[in-house]
Amino acid sequence: MTLAPGRALRAVFGEVIAEMARDDPRILVLDGDVASSSGADSFDAAMPDRFIQTGIAEQNMLGVAAGLASVGFVPIASGFACFVVGRAFDSIRVLIDQPRLNVKIAGGYTGMLTGMAGKTHQMLNDVALMRTLPNMTILAPADEREAAGALRAMIAHDGPVYIQLTREASPILFDTDPGFRIGPAVPIRSGTDITLVSTSVQTTRTLAAAEILAAAGIDAAVLHVPTIKPLDGDAIVAAARSTGRIAVVEEHTVVGGLGSAVAELLSERHPVPVKRLGIQDRYGESGPNEPLLHKYGLSAAAVAADVRAWLVASQDAAEGLVSEPRSGMSAWRS
Amino acid sequence: MTVTTTGLGPNAAELEEAATRIRRAVVRTVAHAKGGHLGGPLSAADVLAALYFRVLDIRPDDPTWVDRDRFVLSKGHSSVALYATLALRGYFPLEELATFDALDSRLQGHPDMTVLPGLDMSTGSLGLGLSAALGMALGARLARRPFTTFVMVGDGECNEGIVWEAAHLAARYRLDNLVAIVDKNDLQQYCWHEPGSEVRQAPYSDDQLRDRWAAFGWSVTEVDGHDVAAVVDALEAARRHEGAPSVVIAHTIKGKGVSFMEGNFRWHSRVPTDDEFALALAELGASGTAGEA
Repeated sequence: MTLAPGRALRAVFGEVIAEMARDDPRILVLDGDVASSSGADSFDAAMPDRFIQTGIAEQNMLGVAAGLASVGFVPIASGFACFVVGRAFDSIRVLIDQPRLNVKIAGGYTGMLTGMAGKTHQMLNDVALMRTLPNMTILAPADEREAAGALRAMIAHDGPVYIQLTREASPILFDTDPGFRIGPAVPIRSGTDITLVSTSVQTTRTLAAAEILAAAGIDAAVLHVPTIKPLDGDAIVAAARSTGRIAVVEEHTVVGGLGSAVAELLSERHPVPVKRLGIQDRYGESGPNEPLLHKYGLSAAAVAADVRAWLVASQDAAEGLVSEPRSGMSAWRS
Repeated sequence: MTVTTTGLGPNAAELEEAATRIRRAVVRTVAHAKGGHLGGPLSAADVLAALYFRVLDIRPDDPTWVDRDRFVLSKGHSSVALYATLALRGYFPLEELATFDALDSRLQGHPDMTVLPGLDMSTGSLGLGLSAALGMALGARLARRPFTTFVMVGDGECNEGIVWEAAHLAARYRLDNLVAIVDKNDLQQYCWHEPGSEVRQAPYSDDQLRDRWAAFGWSVTEVDGHDVAAVVDALEAARRHEGAPSVVIAHTIKGKGVSFMEGNFRWHSRVPTDDEFALALAELGASGTAGEA
């Protein structure tokens, strides 16, 4: 299956927000001086009076957003995730999340692909940080259609929201408007041997991995999680019941991200083997996109290989305890 | 420029009395809670009296009135002084001060707007309040609302880099509906000092603080922060100032009003003994028990 090419999520950001702002005078966009990279420049062009340049000072930008929200605006603080989350975390925690103010945080350049900027700009723990904030909603759409829906849902939601907006063009995962709602996980592919849980634009690569696995006789379901918080626990438990094991694949460190969230959930509600695929507790580096993703285990081929290796290792471990291999498992060894 | 007292007349005595009542309530509340801060709240009492009993356009019976003047206590650890002020101004019963720092209290260690009406912003992490106040002032301009936003920062708090990020942006946008007050009590929690010495160094000299705010483009006024009438005049002048945000540097004494606390950094957050409590109240012209309104 080949997906149609699509635009980068950052490319739809400014357009969708500008379209909403025409009917909603509360909407403002605050820029940490990266609008030409984050996509906020199209909002600036469309709604110059509602575009607030706050300069290269993200702690202050998030604090200003809190003040604006407290007097009735819906400010969207926009910048690179490494800065709007990493640098401004204290402003977010104390001025936005604790008072539950209606601030939206648009994290640009999430994940590994930052235009070869390297480890300083690869914010691989934004979900880990934001997930610890009790009032925060975390959205991670997979393609431009879902991103447009997620941005609309973000504005409609009353409360702090963090949305991941990636840099690179992403294939179209949803043929039609998926009708985004905050909360539900989205089944992308059915399967019986394992469920691959994935999020953001990684879901598209994870789907491709499932197709590689299918060719090797492994029938993998894919469950897309565009709302990382609040997590759709029922959907993940149902997947665990259905396939008996879960691999979580994310363009994020395996420490504290979606993989952790799923492992935490299942350990309490329905323990099954869980494999966390993603950045393995290390920093990234500069490099061209595809080789970079492959090196860090996020390309479709790398994900498929890691999933298969895990299943084989699990089978080997099981054979050490059980004399007769279970039927069907041998196909994974080819 | 130093503002001197003008024309407030007999009303000055009422404000002085309000400030004294704030101080008594601060001491009683901290003694009762066996926690909280004293030095900073006592240095801020006169400015808070000037704000809440004269300067701010507010409706204590309608704390969410959309066009109320805003106040942000960026030095959130002085919460007890703000609570005492709000209670005396009628936002909630004075008796509630006895719940300060208690479980389930609306009077949290640092101001929490989600539980206590009358607080315009939650604060506690130093430096953040100026940014939030800037956002309020910017919002007022964008929405064409008439209110002024006042924010109090500590002089030690000016160590925080975010203060200067906000100072830059507020001046850049010429937010003349924003008034900052620096409670310059010349002490912070532990301060710089010579090795082995108890003598503490002020966070900033008068020249340093004045010059920094001026260099960032703010209209700077200095005032004796314990002369309530002068403070009122300075704040009113700052509110009227056009073309740039204003800062009123209030020269204050940490622990003001209680002789053995004044200028002593050790009283930043110390709880008084029973004898110290009685002595402090006596110096504030009162007697009574901890927690009593």
